[in-house]
Amino acid sequence: MSGVHVTTTVNGDAVEFVCPPNEPLLDVLRNRLGLTGAKEGCGTGDCGACSVTVDDRLVCSCLVLGAEVEGRSVSTVEGMADGADLHPLQSKFIEHAALQCGICTPGFLVAAKALLDRNDDPSETEIRYALAGNLCRCTGYDKIVRAVDDAAKDIRKAKAKAATKTAKAKAKKAAAK
Amino acid sequence: MSDNNQNTNFTNQEFKVVGSRPERPDGIDKVTGRALYGADTYAPGQLVGAILRSPHAHAKIKSIDTSKAEKLKGVKAVLTSKDLPDLVGGAGPNYDILVNCMARDRALYDGHAVAAVAAIDENTARKALKLIKVDYKILPHVTDVDEARKPNAPIVQPGTRTANVEPAPTKDSNIAARNQFGHGDVDEGFKQADVIIEKTYKTEQTHQGYIEPHACLASVGPDGSGELWVTTQGHYTFRTVCSTLLGLDIAKLKVTSSEIGGGFGGKTHVWMEPVALGLSRKANRPVKVVMSREEVFRASGPTASTSMDIKIGATRDGRITAATADLRYQGGPFPGMWGLLGAMTSFACYNLPNVKTVAWDILVNRPKVAAYRAPSAPMAAFGVESTMDLVADAIGMSPVDFRMLNAAREGTRASYGPTYGPIGILPTLEAVKNHPHMTAPLGPNQGRGMACGFWFNFGGQTATDLNISTDGTVNLTIGTVDVGGSRASMSLIAAEELGISYDEIKCNIGDTNSLGHNDTTEGSRGTFSSGMATIFAARQAIDVMRERAAQKWEIPVEEVEWKDGEAHAVGVHHSNLIPLSLKEIAKASPRTGGPIAGHNETVADNAGVSFASHICDVEVDPETGSTRVIRYTVVQDAGKAIHPQYVEGQFQGAAAQGIGWALNEEYIYGEDGRLQNAGFLDYRIPVCSDLPFIDTKILEIPNPDHPYGVRGVGETSIVPPLAAIGSAVSNAVGVRMDHVPMSPPRIRAALKAQAASEKAVSAG
Repeated sequence: MSGVHVTTTVNGDAVEFVCPPNEPLLDVLRNRLGLTGAKEGCGTGDCGACSVTVDDRLVCSCLVLGAEVEGRSVSTVEGMADGADLHPLQSKFIEHAALQCGICTPGFLVAAKALLDRNDDPSETEIRYALAGNLCRCTGYDKIVRAVDDAAKDIRKAKAKAATKTAKAKAKKAAAK
Repeated sequence: MSDNNQNTNFTNQEFKVVGSRPERPDGIDKVTGRALYGADTYAPGQLVGAILRSPHAHAKIKSIDTSKAEKLKGVKAVLTSKDLPDLVGGAGPNYDILVNCMARDRALYDGHAVAAVAAIDENTARKALKLIKVDYKILPHVTDVDEARKPNAPIVQPGTRTANVEPAPTKDSNIAARNQFGHGDVDEGFKQADVIIEKTYKTEQTHQGYIEPHACLASVGPDGSGELWVTTQGHYTFRTVCSTLLGLDIAKLKVTSSEIGGGFGGKTHVWMEPVALGLSRKANRPVKVVMSREEVFRASGPTASTSMDIKIGATRDGRITAATADLRYQGGPFPGMWGLLGAMTSFACYNLPNVKTVAWDILVNRPKVAAYRAPSAPMAAFGVESTMDLVADAIGMSPVDFRMLNAAREGTRASYGPTYGPIGILPTLEAVKNHPHMTAPLGPNQGRGMACGFWFNFGGQTATDLNISTDGTVNLTIGTVDVGGSRASMSLIAAEELGISYDEIKCNIGDTNSLGHNDTTEGSRGTFSSGMATIFAARQAIDVMRERAAQKWEIPVEEVEWKDGEAHAVGVHHSNLIPLSLKEIAKASPRTGGPIAGHNETVADNAGVSFASHICDVEVDPETGSTRVIRYTVVQDAGKAIHPQYVEGQFQGAAAQGIGWALNEEYIYGEDGRLQNAGFLDYRIPVCSDLPFIDTKILEIPNPDHPYGVRGVGETSIVPPLAAIGSAVSNAVGVRMDHVPMSPPRIRAALKAQAASEKAVSAG
């Protein structure tokens, strides 16, 4: 089977690879790019352990072909932290003990981030349905839902702080004029 | 969001850091994708291994032609049972593992491995599997536990004669063993009863459902030494079993446990690892084998399906006079201990004058059964606890009061033999009785149930090393795996003993080359046994540090005591001696006698038995039969909660698995003996939107045989949910379910049957 040459962006970095046309994005990420954060729990899109975003759309990378991400932007759990600074979801998952074995955690984090990116004040029900495509067998989801709720609070606080800062800067600028 | 988790303290022992909730030390690795699980490592020259599996429930393997597969370009090894000769004498548990990991003359279930290949890539390996020709002669099969007991049932394993039966049977059957427990005279006991309830129950087969499929990377060289990286609950056990099956020296096979993506008992057992090692030996290259989800369902051990008859008699004032259980557990095509465990656990919560439990281990053409969290206990508890509610109802007592009256206490002779020390069943019942959940109002079609559960817990062989670095930080190496945060608990324990901070401990899981044998991480033993070994290893290191201080001070070691991370000289005549901290002693160690370490090798006996009582509210849709759990409360005795957050997590996770088992999960077999739902779409485990928050209450009734009072917390809470939900359904819509899972079709059928019988009564 001759390979397909693909040029794409992964976690902000330009990446090139060659893969067979039938190879899932998950296998490309794990076996060709060394990004083993996304996990294969089922290979059929039922468990969400392989969740990544492609152009900000949440997908199961086991159901996307590697060849399909030509020219797109892929984000995985490895790209969530900003250097040594964890994303609020990552910090809150640790703080709330929202992981036990941790195999589903990368998928949950990516899916939860996709939720909070579009809705930073979700209700418990919204959190539960947004994460219904990710299976966790260890926690009963209790601490995961609490962690996501708490991370959303942090994100809203950070946004409010940033907004006040911008408003203050604007006011200062206006006053200077 | 409400959080009414509260802890009740039953112990007077005072702790500095044990019982606190620090962040787990492996947290960052696990939220950044850095942690390496079974499928996450690669070796130079690695091949992909794949396994061909029987599509038949039962078939004679007449021949296997691998010649075409061998000729395919890129195929480096093809393996059949011929490459795994019998080195274990043709019988016994290891022989069963050998037969299970590669079928010999017969395929025993749909999914049974028959051949394997190693090739340069996945595509080539899949292609090669298709080129292997297996000539099968299909044999009659049986997959149902009750059908398999019938005299004319197809025989799963010729030569099987029921063990522990006198006179010994003279004919083959599928009944592998009989086991009996109990005391007193049940016939006499039932004569004293005012009310006797007898009922038959059935539970379907469920899978542990860990999200990480089995995966390993095997490498065996021509010199007979090898390495195995594997997701497992017991790397030492895997080393022994794989070495034995392959004829390797145990010390020459290094097994490293990867991070483990859930196990729940299913990763206590060797499945395809000997095949991976065999392929590697044949190809002389590293081989990675990763099961697909379908393979996990078809070919790694689920728990038993069961049927049972439960009979309980009581006086009108609520005293149980006699109780019996006749339990049938299927173990797949191999004998196991599943019925035995059911018979031991079924009545363990109660103080019974007359009790008899008989268990039958049945063989069927299904996958080899493995442990699943408190193995065998949830099914028996479903029957017993449902019957307890029926008896309570018949004599007009509340289910909680009836259980409290008959609960086992310190000094009670357990139905399975031993006499209990201090135990927590009564306190958990009292906590349930007083819990606000018990009196919260219910809406239409809603009902409440409660139930109890028991698990033994286990200790076992344990080896632990503790090494103090020259800067005073500590490496703690343990041999039980971290399934759900135990590195945090072990670090807390080491910090508590040494008197230093939690952050100064680095807890590692040692591979098989770095520690003595550790039994598999099962039976809720991780925190109990490795915790115990950590305490003793730390105390040994403290003794070394006391000696170093005594040496420096030139006083007898008996006059040095260890307190708050420092060596103190005892007595007024030493008041001039300034205490020496662990850091100072560690720094001086190169000049005072060399490295400071402590280690402990032990058999951790007397794990404390544990009890739980649960409360559950459900809402049933009478039209569809669909049932939702709307509120859930777990009360369980932990002995001592080292890291309460992870203890709560164990309670919640166990309850969630029980809820899935009670309402949805089951192996569905067709007439052809094939598994019809080998995937997460059709074998549906609870998802986030299915469940409410699960409230927890940790009780701490110390285990007198552990220095901190630890029991074990991982398993007990999967035991009560089946019955708690069954009773809640009964209280919601008036039908007593006797078949788990209580899936919508079963509840609808029960509601219809009830309506029909009511109609018949009113017409009559």
